[in-house]
Amino acid sequence: MSIKLIKDHPILDFGHEEKKMVTFTFDNKEMKGFEDDPIAAALHANGIQVYRITPKTERPRGFFCAIGKCSSCFMIVDGVPNVRTCVTPLKAGMKVETQKGRGVLKSEEGEER
Amino acid sequence: MDKLFNSGVLTAERIETVIPPRDLWKTKKNGLVIIECPQRIPCNPCYESCPTGAILPFEDINDTPVVDYTKCIGCGRCVAKCPGLACFVADLTWGAENEALMKLPYEMLPKPEPGDEVVCLDRIGSEVSQGKVINITEPWEDSTMVVHVVVPKDRVMDIRNIKVVKNNAR
Amino acid sequence: MQTTEILVIGGGPAGLSAALEAASLGADVTVLDSDLKLGGQLIKQTHKFFGSKAEYAGTRGFEIANFLFDEIEKYKTLGKLKVFTNTTATGYYKEDGVVSYMVGEEKYGRIKPQKLVFATGAQERLIPFVNNDMPGVYGAGAIQTLMNVYGIVPGEKVLMIGAGNIGLIVSYQLMQAGIKIAGIVEAMPKIGGYWVHAAKIRRLGVPIYLQHTIKEALGNNVVEGAVIQEVNNCFQPVGDPMEVECDTICLAVGLTPTCELLWSAGCEMKFVPQLCGYVARRDPMMRTSHPDIWVAGDAAGIEEASAAMVEGRIAGLSAVASLNHVSQETFYDRSAEYHQRLENLRAGEVGEKIRSGLSCVCCKQWG
Ligand SMILES: Cc1cc2nc3c(=O)[nH]c(=O)nc-3n(C[C@H](O)[C@H](O)[C@H](O)COP(=O)(O)OP(=O)(O)OC[C@H]3O[C@@H](n4cnc5c(N)ncnc54)[C@H](O)[C@@H]3O)c2cc1C
Repeated sequence: MSIKLIKDHPILDFGHEEKKMVTFTFDNKEMKGFEDDPIAAALHANGIQVYRITPKTERPRGFFCAIGKCSSCFMIVDGVPNVRTCVTPLKAGMKVETQKGRGVLKSEEGEER
Repeated sequence: MDKLFNSGVLTAERIETVIPPRDLWKTKKNGLVIIECPQRIPCNPCYESCPTGAILPFEDINDTPVVDYTKCIGCGRCVAKCPGLACFVADLTWGAENEALMKLPYEMLPKPEPGDEVVCLDRIGSEVSQGKVINITEPWEDSTMVVHVVVPKDRVMDIRNIKVVKNNAR
Repeated sequence: MQTTEILVIGGGPAGLSAALEAASLGADVTVLDSDLKLGGQLIKQTHKFFGSKAEYAGTRGFEIANFLFDEIEKYKTLGKLKVFTNTTATGYYKEDGVVSYMVGEEKYGRIKPQKLVFATGAQERLIPFVNNDMPGVYGAGAIQTLMNVYGIVPGEKVLMIGAGNIGLIVSYQLMQAGIKIAGIVEAMPKIGGYWVHAAKIRRLGVPIYLQHTIKEALGNNVVEGAVIQEVNNCFQPVGDPMEVECDTICLAVGLTPTCELLWSAGCEMKFVPQLCGYVARRDPMMRTSHPDIWVAGDAAGIEEASAAMVEGRIAGLSAVASLNHVSQETFYDRSAEYHQRLENLRAGEVGEKIRSGLSCVCCKQWG
């Protein structure tokens, strides 16, 4: 899938050409994005809009505030749940996953719940 | 009518108040400015940008601009500076009898080029006429263009925007 | 544990101005910002700002941010200023005045400042409608972040909710990025933002639906459309619901000050509708009821970047003065200048709401 970037802008120059493109996975699918852009932004550019499923009513959630305040974009990144993907920089090889429910902390794994 | 004004469209009586004095306007080379800024807001770059003092000093920064048309030289510096894109210049002396030259602010893509035929739009974006671009300037080198476009003379109080239609085949 | 004379939380126009003022007076300053980039809302603004020359009127927001960054760099090289991004202040501990913070998601730290300026800005409001949590319903700030900071297309066709300045400006910005606007929906009988901002997008052919509201976001997993409806003067729905074709719904229904840390610091807080939420009570120098804490910018009440920068200056000046770093003369001169600028900015009709809000939270002097 192609990445949806704003190519021409009357005022801004995004310098996309100078940025470094890296590969990461979303739910095991390989995707590309610019290094150090927020993970959520990279996903959006790849057409991904659903980032987690809420615990009780199982509703899809995505991007919302983009300033790390609202918890809408929490995802599992490299095994860590509840990562604010709108303010977490993308790195090469990151494993990004849709978060279903509350997420399990590493230290809790294996505990009964 | 009020509903239209309340959504950002200048209407009837209010249009009257922004028209430059007719007699002067008809003969003034390079044109005169029309400023459509009916609301008191804290803003004065039009005054700051005017090289001739045609936009009178603001006593209070919230004042709406007042123009001394005898001093206006139609240079278009305020057209490019106004954060609200509310200044327009119309030169009635330009070209043929039924033509006028308008200098309109423009910050969109695609960028027009001299010679382009463009669509002239009114205050609600409806098509008014065709127009021909003859020049584009960028007075402050800040990406706000001033597009010089030839329009029908009797529509200068309607035309406020252009649509650039790029024909790739050309 | 780390220490600093002055800690500024938030690196938007208010926080950066506070930091610059303090650093210019010789204080040792640290700035924390939770975002990956400094500049807060400013870096997302492509339009030219209103106001007067002293506040860079007629200059685009992101360029104003660049001016601030240049200054910041200067003090950083002088070793007077430290700036940390991707660093979120998470708590203030009253007992010992320590601030805890988080770097990214997994690293934690503590810092003990002598004086603190809270310039945490604001967060977006939400309004109730069916499916308002559906992906594709985004805050205006989020849309701006995607398209103006990262150059990513937020959607193909956007329905804007709210015709205040933010709704109007973001609509214009979307069109500059080549994105279609399905329309702007506003519950009031009149646009709330500046008339000229509305005129700019009207002449691009964008409809503004006054006295309308959004009823529902349509779609399965993501937004595929919306239903809007006319409302009467009492905001009750009238007429037939209307379906609008769009793939994104942008909420620009107001901001509310970010003030959690002020609460935990025990600052006296007050709900002031004109300032859009709970704000700290303060004296004219922006000092809160806590003698070591100042507040500035949108966190002190939703206003403009122009005012935020001046408030930041005032807070920075006062915080340094409390450390005895400032001569009386400098203090009075600068303070008088800044207060005059604020007064000018707030003088007109548009400032009326702010003035009345401030009269509810400003006290002459703590004591
Ligand atoms: C669309 C739009 C158009 C606007 N147009 C204009 C205009 O024309 N003229 C004008 O003067 N103003 C305008 N403004 C308003 C202006 O942008 C804001 O008033 C101004 O940015 C407020 O500055 P601030 O520093 O208080 O807050 P912000 O700019 O919001 O900055 C706050 C900063 O604090 C950080 N932060 C928050 N919490 C924490 C924490 N716990 N730890 C660390 N960091 C934290 C955030 O990451 C952010 O960087 C506009 C705003 C918008 C959204």
